[in-house]
Amino acid sequence: MYNFDVVRPTSVDEALSALSQEDAQALGGGQTLIPTLKQRLAMPTTLVSLSGIDSMKGVSVDGGVITVGGATPHAVVAGEVADAFPALAHLAGNIGDPAVRNRGTIGGSLANNDPSACYPSAALATGATIVTNAREIAADDYFQGMFTTALDEGEIITSVKLPVPEKAAYIKFEQPASRFSLVGIFLAKYADGVRVAVTGASNNGVFRWAEAEAALSADFSVAAVEGLSAPSGDDMISDLHGSGDYRAHLVKALTKKAVAQAS
Amino acid sequence: MPKDQGIGASTKRREDVRFLTGTGNYTDDINLHGQLYVHFLRSDVAHGKINSVDTSAASAMDGVVRIFTGADFEGIGGLPCGWQVTDRHGEPMKEPAHPVLAQGKVRHVGDPIAAVVAESVQAARDAAEAIEVDIEELPAAVDMKEAVKDGAPLVHDDIGTNLCYDWGFVEENKAATDEAFANAAHVTTLELKNNRLVANPMEPRVAVGDYNRANDESTLYTTSQNPHVIRLLMGAFVLGIPEHKLRVVAPDVGGGFGTKIFHYAEEAFCTFAARQLARPVKWTSTRSEAFMSDAHGRDHVTKIELALDADNNFTALRTETYANMGAYLSTFAPSVPTWLHGTLMAGNYKTPLIYVNVKAVFTNTVPVDAYRGAGRPEATFQIERVIDKAARELNVDPIALRRQNFITEFPYATPVAVEYDTGDYNATMNTLEEIADLSGFAARRAESEKRGMLRGLGVNCYIEACGIAPSNLVGQLGARAGLYESATVRVNATGGITVMTGSHSHGQGHETAFPQVISEMIGIPEEMVEIKHGDTANTPMGMGTYGSRSLAVGGSAMVRAAEKVINKAKKIAAHLLEAAEADIELKDGTFSVAGTDKSVAWGDVTLAAYVPHNYPLEDIEPGLEETAFYDPSNFTYPSGAYCCEVEVDPDTGKVTIESFAAADDFGNIVNPMIVSGQVHGGIAQGIGQALLENCAYDENGQLLSASYMDYAMPRASDVPFYQVDHSNGTPCTHNPLGVKGCGEAGAIGTPPAVINAIVDALRSGGHDHVYHIDMPASPSRVWAAMQK
Repeated sequence: MYNFDVVRPTSVDEALSALSQEDAQALGGGQTLIPTLKQRLAMPTTLVSLSGIDSMKGVSVDGGVITVGGATPHAVVAGEVADAFPALAHLAGNIGDPAVRNRGTIGGSLANNDPSACYPSAALATGATIVTNAREIAADDYFQGMFTTALDEGEIITSVKLPVPEKAAYIKFEQPASRFSLVGIFLAKYADGVRVAVTGASNNGVFRWAEAEAALSADFSVAAVEGLSAPSGDDMISDLHGSGDYRAHLVKALTKKAVAQAS
Repeated sequence: MPKDQGIGASTKRREDVRFLTGTGNYTDDINLHGQLYVHFLRSDVAHGKINSVDTSAASAMDGVVRIFTGADFEGIGGLPCGWQVTDRHGEPMKEPAHPVLAQGKVRHVGDPIAAVVAESVQAARDAAEAIEVDIEELPAAVDMKEAVKDGAPLVHDDIGTNLCYDWGFVEENKAATDEAFANAAHVTTLELKNNRLVANPMEPRVAVGDYNRANDESTLYTTSQNPHVIRLLMGAFVLGIPEHKLRVVAPDVGGGFGTKIFHYAEEAFCTFAARQLARPVKWTSTRSEAFMSDAHGRDHVTKIELALDADNNFTALRTETYANMGAYLSTFAPSVPTWLHGTLMAGNYKTPLIYVNVKAVFTNTVPVDAYRGAGRPEATFQIERVIDKAARELNVDPIALRRQNFITEFPYATPVAVEYDTGDYNATMNTLEEIADLSGFAARRAESEKRGMLRGLGVNCYIEACGIAPSNLVGQLGARAGLYESATVRVNATGGITVMTGSHSHGQGHETAFPQVISEMIGIPEEMVEIKHGDTANTPMGMGTYGSRSLAVGGSAMVRAAEKVINKAKKIAAHLLEAAEADIELKDGTFSVAGTDKSVAWGDVTLAAYVPHNYPLEDIEPGLEETAFYDPSNFTYPSGAYCCEVEVDPDTGKVTIESFAAADDFGNIVNPMIVSGQVHGGIAQGIGQALLENCAYDENGQLLSASYMDYAMPRASDVPFYQVDHSNGTPCTHNPLGVKGCGEAGAIGTPPAVINAIVDALRSGGHDHVYHIDMPASPSRVWAAMQK
């Protein structure tokens, strides 16, 4: 890595002030940024660590909504929501390995919006609200393509609010090397309908599979998915680990498994 | 009751105490006074002409001591190749130059262009970024079959072809083999790939060069499986330093798997630069560098054909293989697809006619050389896959077809020029059927199917040749080295023993197993024996550890030296006991006179050897230390039968290994626990190759799987608990311990079992068109196979 300074503010305001400096970069758990720095692929002058801001940490459950502080590590989420939202706990508890889960944060994951990350699918499937220092952003508006979000320069995710579904499941089909999602399906059933978010598959990042949502909202059954065509593989990621067509096939196959698991 | 000492005891590995408590001494733990650091600027294109390398700005940067380029190595030897293969037409292989730093052209991603020596790693990296390199990128030769066509980009312009050699074995058998195919009742043909692998030892390579101006001596500390070989190759062929002025130390080494056999440019560079600068120079590979600079393994593309008569007897076998050499010839690369592969093509079967053709090809990729098994996994995979396909085409039981064609009488001379001394292939197959509970498979399959899963069973055999030898034969085959081993057994005055062995332990457990042998021979506790290895200053000579040779060759040398020690000690004991030497017996660490109660303890004899007050000085010298060199008369031939059961999820193509059983014949066994551990590790690597590991290049020669984000190593959760058995040992007839070697068996025997099982699973699900899936059988490949 190149040399840089590190500051560790204790409040959001201090962090914003530090981030206003030229070439300053926010640091969540560092699970993507630190490897990037080690490979000398980025050259920030200052890293602004968000890990010292207590107001951005922790999990609370209130009135059917789970609020997760932006700097909360995955391991904490996995433990705290095990009863209230088991599918989310399962997702958080299977990201990376224990070292990753004890450092990586929900805010960092959502801000990075890796097309194969797990958390974006949970946020999108639950219709979560991304709360920043400046505003609240609906998940449907937040994700804007691979590694692209609605966040402005220097904007910090302070918390994420996720409505707890009646039924849910997260099925992650792992890429064998990285163990990121080759395809991941987050299925969430609410009183007013079903949402199906897909990660890992698309060149455009996390997306909702509208046909499946419509079918499952009408009939929450494996058979309802069985009747659908898999989405087109044309715009899906095609790499060493699977073609676009394979990923498209997995979207349908895993959605069926998700329904079976959630039922 | 199991023994707790000596041969046959499962003594816990003494070296693990330091490995597991962080007190090992690895090469990267070595830091010398005044040490400098080197960073290699490596090519990021697969093939290109170097127009210029401008180091002027970089050289002026803080902390930079000197920047070397290919020009600094003009007139200095390149990296030598240790094996010369002669082709079908009697011509020697093409042997292009392999400069320490690239000269004129870069030939693979990772080829070193310049080396920055600086006061810190950071300073060296910073300066490397300031080097201005002008490289004109050229089209790359990547696919082997394309690379040998006219007009393909030439990796080495001066040799005018990308074909290193076109080898036929046994050439005299070719016509008769072709005729047998013409007369066959059935011919099974299979085209397959043996996937390129990256060894990925836990410890990356490291080299520290040191130079002592006072006596003109160089020392290289390096992560090597064979420090004496490095001393010879680097000293004699690259840098021109005689052995008595060059010491090579390979201290604790964290895994080798073959890739640390070879002599690498970085070792030569650090030794060279330390002499130039009169300061120690250290290089520690990053994991990213390891992917593009450690020699890779496997990478064969093969067409194999098996001819059978009307009774399903194998009548002939014929293969055509393209073997990737990469951009340069690594130390032993040419031997792997030829003598370590062609000679094993009989497998466990009495096929009378065999013809093997191998075309070795240069490509713009990292050099390929031996990796755990080296040629034998490639041979086994072909044979056992084509037999499996034949059984399916003929609708016969694959185990019965194998048994019908087993070699059952020994010694057996194969049509591919080797003689198996012992073996009992039916015995290992019988044991396998038992430990794998084959009779229960139908019920297990029914249970899987109830859950919507496809279950498959794969069985195969293997034979391997270990302890490659004898030296005079391998010399005729093109080896530029001997393949003996040496050992010195030094008995100290108070009876403790230090053994200096030329074998090198980098995970195998020699420090535990070798003392067990000495303990057994003398009857003293294992704790009285210490093993020293890995330092050319200690051991007279060493050919090192690879090819499962340590116990069979290095252990035999140690036995020979220990026998000399015992013979001398008996002379001393006879003097002390005033008896005839012929009447002296050694048992439980005590010399006694046969038929009497007169005895003298081991320690009294050893003390007399070094305090020779009462000693036959007129007959023998004081002291008790002996050296032996052992050159085996033949290979050893471990064999076995392996079984894998898989479940395949028909919705996703994901394969899960449900069970794995291995019944091996390793001859006599010194430490059963260590042997089981070697088998376990080998199976894990075999499963890694079969399901996960895929070193892939794109058409431009860019390495696609250049990190653990894309290169999948097997993890604990990918493998089941294994059933292993090694009770069917048929002792080797030509080494003193009757041992055969066990280090590579798992990696050799496992891949075909896994693929056989997956094919079986898919066919059980109605996919009758599936006869083969290339490795790694990733979910996407298995799914794609089901779609046809």
